[in-house]
Amino acid sequence: MDISSHDVLLVGGGGAGLRAAIEVAEVNPKLSVAVVSKVYPMRSHTVSAEGGAAGVVKPGDSLDDHAYDTISGGDWLCDQDAVEAFVKEAPEELLRLEHWGCPWSRDPDGHIAVRAFGGMKKERTWFAADKTGFHMLHTLFQTTLKYNAITRYDEWFVTRLLVDDGRVQGVVAIELMTGKIQAITAKAVILCTGGCGRVFPYTTNANIKNGDGMALAYRAGAPLKDMEFVQYHPTGLPFTGILITEAARAEGGYLLNKDGYRYLQDYNLGTPQPKPVLRSMELGPRDRLSQAFVKEVEKGRTVKGPYGDVVHLDLRHLGEKLINAKLPFVRELCLKYENIDPVKELVPVRPVLHYMMGGVSTDIHGATPLKGLYAAGEVACVSINGANRLGSNSLPELLVFGARAGRAAAQFASQQQGASTAALAQAVDEQKRLEGQFLRKTGGTERVATIREEMQKSMEQSAGIYRTEASLVEGARNLRELQGRFANVALDDRSHTFNTELTAALELSFMLDVAEAIVQSALQRRESRGAHQRTDYPKRDDAKFLAHSLVLRNADGTARVEYLPVNITRWPPGERVYGVAQTQAKGG
Amino acid sequence: MRTSEVNRTTEYTLYHPRWYRQRVSTYWWLWKWPYLKFVLRELSSVFVAYFVVLTLAQVRCLSAGPEAYAEFRQWMKNPFFLLLNGVSFIFVLLHTMTWFNLAPRAMVLRVRGARVPDAWIAGANYVAWLGVSGGVAWLLLR
Amino acid sequence: MAETITLEVARYSPERDAAPAFQSYPVPLRKDWVVLDALNYIKDKVDGTLTFRWSCRMGICGSCGMMVNGEPKLTCATFLSNYAPGPICVEPLRYFPVVRDLVIEMTDFMVKLQSVKPWLIRAEEKPLAEGEYLQTPDELNAYKQFSMCINCMLCYAACPVYGLDPLFSGPAAIALAQRYNLDSRDQGSRQRLEILSQHEGIWGCTFVGECTQVCPKHVDPAGAIQQYKLTAAKEWFKSLLMPWGAK
Repeated sequence: MDISSHDVLLVGGGGAGLRAAIEVAEVNPKLSVAVVSKVYPMRSHTVSAEGGAAGVVKPGDSLDDHAYDTISGGDWLCDQDAVEAFVKEAPEELLRLEHWGCPWSRDPDGHIAVRAFGGMKKERTWFAADKTGFHMLHTLFQTTLKYNAITRYDEWFVTRLLVDDGRVQGVVAIELMTGKIQAITAKAVILCTGGCGRVFPYTTNANIKNGDGMALAYRAGAPLKDMEFVQYHPTGLPFTGILITEAARAEGGYLLNKDGYRYLQDYNLGTPQPKPVLRSMELGPRDRLSQAFVKEVEKGRTVKGPYGDVVHLDLRHLGEKLINAKLPFVRELCLKYENIDPVKELVPVRPVLHYMMGGVSTDIHGATPLKGLYAAGEVACVSINGANRLGSNSLPELLVFGARAGRAAAQFASQQQGASTAALAQAVDEQKRLEGQFLRKTGGTERVATIREEMQKSMEQSAGIYRTEASLVEGARNLRELQGRFANVALDDRSHTFNTELTAALELSFMLDVAEAIVQSALQRRESRGAHQRTDYPKRDDAKFLAHSLVLRNADGTARVEYLPVNITRWPPGERVYGVAQTQAKGG
Repeated sequence: MRTSEVNRTTEYTLYHPRWYRQRVSTYWWLWKWPYLKFVLRELSSVFVAYFVVLTLAQVRCLSAGPEAYAEFRQWMKNPFFLLLNGVSFIFVLLHTMTWFNLAPRAMVLRVRGARVPDAWIAGANYVAWLGVSGGVAWLLLR
Repeated sequence: MAETITLEVARYSPERDAAPAFQSYPVPLRKDWVVLDALNYIKDKVDGTLTFRWSCRMGICGSCGMMVNGEPKLTCATFLSNYAPGPICVEPLRYFPVVRDLVIEMTDFMVKLQSVKPWLIRAEEKPLAEGEYLQTPDELNAYKQFSMCINCMLCYAACPVYGLDPLFSGPAAIALAQRYNLDSRDQGSRQRLEILSQHEGIWGCTFVGECTQVCPKHVDPAGAIQQYKLTAAKEWFKSLLMPWGAK
C-alpha cells in the first residue's frame, strides 16, 4: 500500500482547516502540512455563510459585552474561559484576514463597517456584503497558495483514523480520482470537517456535511460533546432549505403568520417596532424564533404551502434600493430558486436545520482527549456556543480555534516520532474492509438513498425542534433498525474511478453514528435549555444539568452518556431575557 | 445505449486514471451563433486592411496625374470591384460598430464613484464618428 | 405540464468504455426541479452509478457546472421546465478531460489559478496593532465585481481559445489577478504583469466574450481581461519612454 507522511494533517479544507494550515506553516515553517479534503477547498460549506462575523472593534462596545451576549445566548452552557479567549482573539483574527485581502464592507471613512445581528446587544458584526463566508473562504484559500509547506490532497475521502498506543497517527483515505486507498500518516491530525446537517431532511447544509469528522473521532474513542444541541435557522426556503440570512431581519424584515400578524410579539420577544431593535422581535435568538414557529403551527396560524407549513418574511417595506445594496444575494436566491421577488412579494420560510453546536469535545486549545487528535470549527465543541449559537459567532470561531488548534498541533507534532507499524497494519485492514463491504460484495438489497431518507425523516420527527421521551426512544429504535439494514446495502457502482455511491454509503454510515449520538444525548438530558427543548421537561434545570453531555462509544458499539461540568468564571447563570423584559430589567 | 465512434487508446489499468479528451473540431466556430459572429468580426479586419490599401492606391493614383486617376475610377466601376467594395463596406461597418459596442468593457470610467454607463461611452464614440464623417462629407460635397 | 421529461446523459467509465455514450432517463417534471434534482433522482432511485459533483445547490460553491443542451450551466440553477418538452442533453463541462460520466479533471485550472499569485502582495506589511488598511466603499467597488468568482469554470467551457490552446491562462484566472491588481491595498501588479503579459496570458484572449455571457455571478471576465490589456499596453509604453521609472 502507498503511504505518504506529513507532520500535521488537516481533515477538511474549509475556513477552520485552511486557517489552521496557515498557522502551522507560519509558526513552524519546517513542518510539512497536508490538507486532505473530500472536495476542492473552495467548495467547502464555509462558502455559503452569508451574514457576518462578530468582533469587538467599535468604541462603546466591549469584550465583556460580547462575552455576555454569547454566554446568555448559549443559555449558560458555554465554557466561559473559552468564551473570554474567543471574544478577545476574534477581532484580531478578523483583522488578520483583512490584511490577507478579505473585502470587508466599509464605512464611508474607510474603516471596517459593522452591523446589528440577532442576539447581540451592540453592533459588532463585520460583513462582506451578504457573502461573508464566501469572501472569507476564498481569501483563506488564495492565501494558502502562498505556502510551499502546505500540500493539498484534493478530493481524497478520509475513511478512518489510524490509532495506536493511545495516539492518533494518521488517516486512511480514498483518492477519489483513481480509487486508490492509501494511508497518510501524520504526527498530529486536526479535524475540520464541519457539521452534520444532512442527518435531518430540511437543512441549509450542503450535501457534503455528513458529520464525517465527528464519526471518525467517535469511532476512534474520542468523546462527542453536547450533541443534542442542534440549531434550527428560523428562515429557510421550504423546498431547498436554502438559508435566508438573518441579515434580512437585521435590515428590518418582518415575520408574519397567515393573518399578516407579527406573531413573535406573543412569545416574550418584545413589542413590534417599525425599525429593528437589537435582541427583540425578529432579532431575537434563533432557537426562540424556531420554537415560536412550531407553536404557530400547533395553533393553525401558519400558511399551508406545497411543501408544508410556512410563515412569511416581509421585506417589501425596505424598498428596492436598500435590498439591492445590502441584501442582493437574498433577492437573487429568492428569484432564482423560488421565482419570488422579495421587493414585491412575501417570501415563504420555515425553520431549517442549520448548525450543530455539539461536536468533538476539545479544550480551549483545540485538543481532544485522544492524543494527537485536534478539532476546530463546527465539528468541534469547545464549547463557546453552549446550548444555542448566536449568529455571526461561527465564522470567527473558525479562525480563532483553527489558529489555536494549528498552534497546538504544530507544537505536539514537533515532539513526536513517525507512525508505528501497527498503525500501518490498520490501513491495510481498512482497505480490505472497504473492498469487502462495498466494492466486491455480493448480495444485499438496500439502496443507500432509501436508508438515508428514512433516517432523515425519523430524526426530524424524533429529535427535531421539540422532543419527548417517547419520540426519542422511537428515534433510537429506528436508528438501530437502520443500522441493521445498512449492513445489507448493495451498491450499483463497483467502479474504482470517482465512485460517489461509495462515498455516499460511507457518509451514510457516519451519519447513522452521529444520529445515534444526538438521540442518546437528547434522551439523557431531561431538561429544556437553548436549542434542546423537551415538552416533558420544559424547564431549565441548572442543579442537575448545568453540564456538558459526553457521548462515548462502548466496545460493543452502543453509546454511553457522561457529564462534564461547565466552566463558569465571571457570569453566574441567569435568565435569558429579550425584548420588553430586557428593557424593564435595564430600568426602561 | 448508442455508442459513438470507438477510438481505442491505451487500456485502463487499476488506479491509473484514463481521461477522455474530446477533440475540438476545426469548425468549432460553426457550432454557435456567438462564435460565428466573433469569427465574422475578426474577419472584418481583412476588409479594413483592404480599404486601407485601396485608399493608398487611390492617393497614389491621385498624385500620379489626372489620367492615372481616371483609370482608377474606371477600375472602380468594374462590377467585381463594386461587389468587393460593397461587401467590404458592410464588414467595415460591422467592424466599427462591434468595436464601439465593446469599447466600454475595456475602458472603465468612474465619475464620483459611480461607473459611467456603457451606453454613454459607446454613444460618445458613435457621436464622434458621425461628427467626423459629417465633417468630411461637408468638406467633400460643398 | 407533462408528467415526465427525458434526460440524455453522457456516460463514461474508463474501466469499461473507450469513449462517452449517451443514456436516456425519464424523470418527473416538477415546476421547481432543477437539472441537479433530476440527476439526484436518477442516482438515488434509478441508477446509482451516475456520477457528478455537487454540494451547496445554491449557486455559490461552483461544483455543479455541466453542459446542458450545449451551454455551460450551473445545474443547480437550471430549471427543467425551461426545457420542456425536452429531451435535455447533459454532458460534462467542455474543453476539460473527462474523468467519469459528468466529472471533469480540473487540476489545470487549479495550477493556473495559483500561477497568477492571487493573494495580497505588499512591499511592507502593516502590523495588526495599527488596525485595518483603510479602503473607502468606492475603492472597494473598483474590484468588487471581479472578487465574485466562484471558480465554477463555466467560462473555460465557453472559451474557444482555451479549447484550442490549453496553455491559455483562461478567463477566471486573469479576472482574479485583476481583482488583486485593482485592490487598493495590493502592491503586486508588477509581479502579476510579468506572469500574465505573455502569449498564454492576457494576449491569448481574442475577446470572443462568451465567458462573460455564461458567468453565473456576472463577474465579466472578458471586461477584466480587456482592461488588463489596456493597463499592460500602457505599462509597456511607459517602460519604453521612461525606462528609468521605478513604478
